Amino acid sequence: MKQTSTTYGILAEYDSTHGIYGACEKVRDAGYKKWDACTPFPVHGLEKAMGLSASKLPWMVLGAGIAGAALAIIFMVWVSAFDYPLNIGGKPTWSIPAFIPVMFEVTILFSALVTVFGMFWLNGLPSWHNPLFQSVRFERVTDDKFFIVIESSDPLFDQVRTQKLLEDTGAINTEVLEA
Amino acid sequence: MVANSIENMPEYVGETHRGDLVLPEAVATREELIRGNPSYHDITEIVCKMAETPFSQTHIGWRVGFAISASLAAMFFGLIAYLIWEGIGIWGNASPVFWAWDIVNFVFWVGIGHAGTLISAVLFLFRQKWRTSINRYAEAMTIFAVICALVFPGIHVGRIWVIYWVFPIPNSMNMWPNFRSPLLWDVFAVGTYFTVSLLFWYVGLIPDIATLRDRVKNRAAKIAYGAFALGWRGSMRHWLHYERAYLLLAALSTPLVLSVHSVVSFDFAVAQLPGWHTTIFPPYFVAGAIFSGFAMVQTLVLPARKWLGLKDIVTMKHIENMNKIILVTGSIVGYAYAMEFFIAWYSGNQYESFAFVNRAFGPYAWAYWIMVSCNVISPQLFWFKKLRTSIAVSFIIAFFVNIGMWFERFVITVTSLNRDFLPSSWHYFSPRIFEPLFLLGSFGLFFTLFLLFVRYLPVIAMAEVKSILPQANPHEGHHS
Repeated sequence: MKQTSTTYGILAEYDSTHGIYGACEKVRDAGYKKWDACTPFPVHGLEKAMGLSASKLPWMVLGAGIAGAALAIIFMVWVSAFDYPLNIGGKPTWSIPAFIPVMFEVTILFSALVTVFGMFWLNGLPSWHNPLFQSVRFERVTDDKFFIVIESSDPLFDQVRTQKLLEDTGAINTEVLEA
Repeated sequence: MVANSIENMPEYVGETHRGDLVLPEAVATREELIRGNPSYHDITEIVCKMAETPFSQTHIGWRVGFAISASLAAMFFGLIAYLIWEGIGIWGNASPVFWAWDIVNFVFWVGIGHAGTLISAVLFLFRQKWRTSINRYAEAMTIFAVICALVFPGIHVGRIWVIYWVFPIPNSMNMWPNFRSPLLWDVFAVGTYFTVSLLFWYVGLIPDIATLRDRVKNRAAKIAYGAFALGWRGSMRHWLHYERAYLLLAALSTPLVLSVHSVVSFDFAVAQLPGWHTTIFPPYFVAGAIFSGFAMVQTLVLPARKWLGLKDIVTMKHIENMNKIILVTGSIVGYAYAMEFFIAWYSGNQYESFAFVNRAFGPYAWAYWIMVSCNVISPQLFWFKKLRTSIAVSFIIAFFVNIGMWFERFVITVTSLNRDFLPSSWHYFSPRIFEPLFLLGSFGLFFTLFLLFVRYLPVIAMAEVKSILPQANPHEGHHS
C-alpha cells in the first residue's frame, strides 16, 4: 500500500517504560529522523535511546543573564550618576556596591524569563492543535501509556514496513493517523 | 522533578551495566516515599479526584472553608478601599513608630513563601526525591503568600495612585527612583521573586494540567485546562528542553530565594537604628523565613492529606523530614537571637545595649517572650522521634511557629522604634481595630486562593511522582 498525502504518521502504543525504551532504540537504529516518543513523564535515559542531543537552552539562558546584568548596571549608573544625580548624605552617586542587589535580581529575572519562554520556543508551544490528538487512545499519554509516532514526512516512511517495524517492537496497538 | 532522569543518568548507566535495579526500589520502598506500590494510573486517579468532582458534590468542608475565606477576603478588599479613601491614619502608627503591622505583615508573608521555593528548588538540586510529594503544594503556598505580602507595601504608601513612582518608568517629572535605597532593592527582589515563582509553578503544572485536559468531561473545563496546557503532548523532544528548563529554574531560584529575604532584611539592616543595624540580619532572616515557611507547609499539608485522601503520597517520612528542617532552622533562629544580644553587649555601644535590654525587658517584653517560647523552645521538642512523628504534635508546633514568627517581625520592627534616642518622644504603639482586621483579611485572601487551588488544580506533581515509582525505571524488566 502506498502512502497517501493525507497520512500524518503511524502511532504505536506501549504500556511500560521498558517497552518503549527498547522500541525507541529499534526505531533509532532503523534510521528514522521524523519521529517522536510521547510519555506521561520523562523516562530516564529515553533521550539516549532516541539519539537526541542535549538541549541548547542553557546557552540561551547564559546570554540572557549576561544581558540582564549589563543592562541593569548600565541603566543604574546612567540614572544615578548622569541623568538624575541625587546628593544623599554626600555619598558617591556612582556606588557600585549599592547597585549589586538590583543587578543580581535583574540577572535572575531575565534568565528565568528566557528559560521559560525559550523552552516554549524550542518546543513550539503553545500549539493547541496536533494530529496526535485525533487518537482516542492517545488521551492516556498524560496518564499511563507510552507512544511512538513516526511521521509520513520521514524519507524512510512506508506505511506497511513502518507499521510492521512498530508492531515488531512489541507495540500493544498501532494506528494510522490522518493529517 | 523530572530531573530525575537528567540527574541520575550516571547511576542508571552504571546499573544497566551491573544489571541490577537498586536505586528506584530503594527510593520507593525502603524510604517509604510512596506507599502501597500504586500504578501510574492510581496516581492519576488519586490526584485528579478532587478536580474532577462536580461542583454539586464538593465536600461540605471545602464549601464552608471557602465561604469563610472568601468573606474575609472580601472584607480585606473593603478595608483596602477604606484605607485608600481615608488614609493610613486609620492605623495606630504614630511617631516614632511609623512602621508597624503593615511591614510586619509584609515580612511575615514573604517569609512564608520561602519554604515553597526551598522545597521546589533547593531540595531539587540536592536530589531530595521526597520533595515531589509536597512541592506543588509548597509552590502554590509561595505564590499566594507573596501575593498577600505584596499588598501591604502597596497599600502602606498611603497615596496608592502614585505607586508607580517605585518603578523606574520614564515620567513627565523627569525623576528616577533612588537605586541606592534598600526599599527600591526590595521592589526588584520581591517583584522578581513573584515572577520567577509563578513561572516555576506554572512550568511544573503544564504536564499535569494536560492530564486534566485529557480526562475532564465538562466542555468548559476542557477548554480552560486545554488553554493552559498549551497543547502539551508528552513529547520526549519536549521533555528534553522541559527538564533542562526545570533544572535551570531550580538553579536560578536557589540564589534568588536567599537574596530575597536578605534584601528584605536590608530594609532594616541598612538603616542606622540600634536593633536593626546588624550584619547578622541577612542569614538570620533567611533562616527565619525557611523556618516559618515549613511551619506553614505543615499547617496546610497535615489537614489536606487527611481530607484529600493523600496519605499514601504524603507519608510520615515527609512530615518527619519537614519537622527536622523546622528543628534545624528553629535552632539557627534561636542562635541568632542569642548572638544579637551577645553583640549588643560586646560592642560596648550603649544605644545598642539599650535596644536589646528594652526588647527583652521593656514594655514589649510580652511580645519578645511569646516569640522566644514559640520559635526557640517549641521546635526543640522535635529532637524526640516520637514527637516529630506525631501528627497532632506536628500540627500544634507548626501553629506555634506561625505565631512566633509573626511576633518576631513585630518585635524587630516595633521594639526598635518605640524608644528612640530622645526619651521625650518615646511612645507605646498600640494597634487600632483595623490592623488585626487587615491581617485576618490577608489570611482570608490566602486561604481563598489556596482552596481554589486544591479544588481545581492537581495538588500533587503527578508526572514527578510517577517518575519515582519503581516501574518508571526502563531497565526494570531485564531481570525481573
